[in-house]
Amino acid sequence: MNDYLSRNSLLRLIAVLALVIAPHAMHLPVWAILLIITAMAWRALIELRQWRLPKMLTRTALALAGFGGVYASYHSISGQSAGTALLCIMAALKLLEMRARRDVMIVVLLMYFILVTHFLFSQDLWTVAYLLVCSVAITALLMDCNHPGSAVPTRPLLRRATVMIAQSLPLMLAMFILFPRIPGPLWGLPSDTGAQRSGLSDSMSPGDIENLALSDAVAFRVHFDDTAPPQDQRYWRGPVFDSFDGRKWRPRIAPQQRPAEAAEFTGTAVTYDLTLEPTQQRWIFALDLPAASGLPAATALHGAAQLLADKPVSARVLYHLRSYPHYQLQPTLTSFQRRMMLQLPLNADPRTRALAAQWRTQQMDDAQIVQRALQMFRSEPFYYTLHPPRLGNNSIDEFLFDTRRGFCEHYASSFTFLMRAAGIPARVVTGYQGGEKNPYGDYYVIHQYDAHAWSEVWLAGRGWVRVDPTAAVAPNRVEQGLASALTAADGLPAFLQRQPQIWLTLSARWDWLNNRWNRWVLAYGPELQAKFLSHFGITDWSQMILALTVAITLLLSAVGLSLLRQFAPAKTHDAALRLWQSATRPLQKLGLKQQPDEGPQDFAARVIASQPLLAASMQPLLEAYLQLRYLSDVEPEAQQNLHIAAAQFTRALRTHTQAVRAGSGSRTRDNR
Amino acid sequence: MRFWLIFKILLHPLRYAQERIDRWVLARVKRQPGPIAISRRRVYIVPTRFGYGFAVMLLVMLLGAMNYSNSMAFALCFLLAGLGLVCMHHTHGNLVNLVLHAGRSAPVFAGEIAHFEIRIENTARQDRYAIALSWPKQDANAVTADVSAQTPVLMQLTLPATKRGWLACGIFSVATEFPLGLFHAWTWAELEMACLVYPKPARPGLTPPATAGSGGHTEGGRQGQDEFAGLRSYQHGDTARSIHWKSLPKLQSPMVKQFYETTEQALWLDWTTLNHLDTEARLSQLTRWVLDAEDAQHAYGLRLPGTNIAPGKGAAHQHQCLKALALFDLP
Repeated sequence: MNDYLSRNSLLRLIAVLALVIAPHAMHLPVWAILLIITAMAWRALIELRQWRLPKMLTRTALALAGFGGVYASYHSISGQSAGTALLCIMAALKLLEMRARRDVMIVVLLMYFILVTHFLFSQDLWTVAYLLVCSVAITALLMDCNHPGSAVPTRPLLRRATVMIAQSLPLMLAMFILFPRIPGPLWGLPSDTGAQRSGLSDSMSPGDIENLALSDAVAFRVHFDDTAPPQDQRYWRGPVFDSFDGRKWRPRIAPQQRPAEAAEFTGTAVTYDLTLEPTQQRWIFALDLPAASGLPAATALHGAAQLLADKPVSARVLYHLRSYPHYQLQPTLTSFQRRMMLQLPLNADPRTRALAAQWRTQQMDDAQIVQRALQMFRSEPFYYTLHPPRLGNNSIDEFLFDTRRGFCEHYASSFTFLMRAAGIPARVVTGYQGGEKNPYGDYYVIHQYDAHAWSEVWLAGRGWVRVDPTAAVAPNRVEQGLASALTAADGLPAFLQRQPQIWLTLSARWDWLNNRWNRWVLAYGPELQAKFLSHFGITDWSQMILALTVAITLLLSAVGLSLLRQFAPAKTHDAALRLWQSATRPLQKLGLKQQPDEGPQDFAARVIASQPLLAASMQPLLEAYLQLRYLSDVEPEAQQNLHIAAAQFTRALRTHTQAVRAGSGSRTRDNR
Repeated sequence: MRFWLIFKILLHPLRYAQERIDRWVLARVKRQPGPIAISRRRVYIVPTRFGYGFAVMLLVMLLGAMNYSNSMAFALCFLLAGLGLVCMHHTHGNLVNLVLHAGRSAPVFAGEIAHFEIRIENTARQDRYAIALSWPKQDANAVTADVSAQTPVLMQLTLPATKRGWLACGIFSVATEFPLGLFHAWTWAELEMACLVYPKPARPGLTPPATAGSGGHTEGGRQGQDEFAGLRSYQHGDTARSIHWKSLPKLQSPMVKQFYETTEQALWLDWTTLNHLDTEARLSQLTRWVLDAEDAQHAYGLRLPGTNIAPGKGAAHQHQCLKALALFDLP
């Protein structure tokens, strides 16, 4: 049996392997990409130039080098990134030892696994198209490799592969909807599952939030059940910092170790669904201030009203939350807590302390001091920009008195310092502010560039009150978003500058599509499945399996029937031949069958010789048939004539057959 | 005997079961002369080793998708599962409704390889690819071909011919794994074809005993075609081809070429002259003599107990003699 892998098949295999590995080029280390390209090019050259395959020693050395390289890059050989890299490298190296068609099967299995690893990194809408294209390519490859001998031309191969994949799509949909989903994970996830760490961090230095403003990735999407609060009240709470070392704000103790403080709520609640993109961190950015009761599963409220998930968010999750815009957080403060919230680093920023002390001597109470500070920001020449000058050791002093140009973290940081210096407990809150509404989907999208930092001060009788100094300097930022508060000269990123309407419309539509995709397809897990199928009366898993079996049986039968029709013997197209055959078929009952090597004239002669009574109707039928079938220029009534002659012949034959049967019957009766 | 059977069943239960199934299946195959259409009910289909590997891969992928709760991984896994099921129908369909016709099989000598020609016809509108013909249990030596729509293809199965006589074409399998190699679909067929196997010719060396008056040529008076014997004048009725044109301008009247026919005494190959050999050896020797005589273009006749073939030469005569030798004393 010829198991030799032909050149065409091998080159096709290399092309498909390149197609499957290509999207991984974004997260594979450079040396791995080079190794894979080298292996593929080498194997192609071996085939084209008739070189020899590398020896066992070389291959083993390369494989060991691959293992070592992966270990050096990722410090492990298991886990999502390391496993993917290893898989790609091994698939490429397998090319160097394959020579038989059998080996293609193993590479195909490896390619399917590599295809799955793509989805661990991204499940966006485009991955569907990619999945289908790769499936068609790999199917075509399998067909090519199961066809020994000369290569099948590419286009019929691809067409047949597309047909097969198209026939499998309904089965896939049936299984996707009906196959019972078991809540995972089954055996635990490696630590680097899902997307990379992103978004706000657990400390804030000048420049941190600025960096986030350069990213237009989506942080989360929110769908409000009723009316949404106005933009200047949409503050999404993230990490809260209360310890300053002169440059960096940090939480004094880890948020999960601080119990939640008491909060009283007034007014109506706002309920909303928040779909958080994976961040590999635990913060859930709830609207100020999240209610303590009715929290989603696996989440908890901690100190400073921070809502944290029990485990780092490694996949897109939907949370249903309730928040109260009017609240009183921690109405009483113990003296220890008060002292902690007033702490400032020693020997730093003397001018700011002097200013705060000056305000204190002016007999203003806390609320008035707050207003005084905000008024300073409003009236003095402060600028809101993404390109502030660098600050030195006394960062607050330099910002407040010298440079006066900064982003929200500068304002929040300096305001909080000022308040603490004036004896008012204050802390920095980071998170997101605002969010734009998608006109097609009735939901709000909050991007990374909406990241924001503001301050909270503790006033007696009112608890922690939100104060946003940025609102004093650049009110547009809070009321309309970053794009209206900055110009290009201030460092507004390109994607926020004036864009053509068509682009805005398209990206809004695309986001809406992605959102629906996330909600209905990617989030299709045990809960969503149960909810969806309960509409059809399917409640438990045994009913699901039953429905699935029925669906698969029906779909497969449909496929089978269509294939049987395709592979059935083709009916003769020739109308004349069909008419002749159908007219002469009843003659078989009289024992007269047209032999394959017998022409119509000979057959007619034989029929007339055997059954002379049929001559009158056989003759016109024969003539009409010969004229229609064999003459090149045919009268338009020829087909009509054949129909008429065939009908007459059929009638004559029927009566003749009956007469013959009756005659033979009477004959047997006579013979008895 | 019983003991041995029980031992075999215990040691290799699967193999024993396989043998029983094979015997039962092969016993149901009818030997037919005419075109055999492969019907749906006669096609068997099982997964191949790659098919089992594919199923294991799908299971692993399913577990992985469940563990990571990854919808697209589920989608891929289910798409491939659907593909596997659809492939079963495609592989089955690739074989169904093919028509097998018996072809010719040229006679061979014992010890050579007999070729059975089988014509496969595809009456459907869809092309068939990678149809493999093979003897039972010999999948490694299968012959494969593609059968396009509405065209017949000739394929040849080879079988070593060891004994003289009629070599019947036994049961063979028509199989395919075509679209994806996940399933192996096959059917058994037996066409009424037989290949005539001549006896193996003996080594050259022994010359046939001379019969009286063999060889030489005499000048017969008859008009023949063998040796040029001169010119004579044209007579009414001679063919234009026999006119000697070169001499016409000189001699003014046409002349006709004349030939002699060298008649020679025919060589009689006789069974009774080989009494010192046994039957098969005698047949071998006679076969060798027939071949040699045919090579030398010498007319020969054959005398066997019960058969007497008049002298002659040419391919048809040789075949007649060899056939008589092949079928000598066979039921």
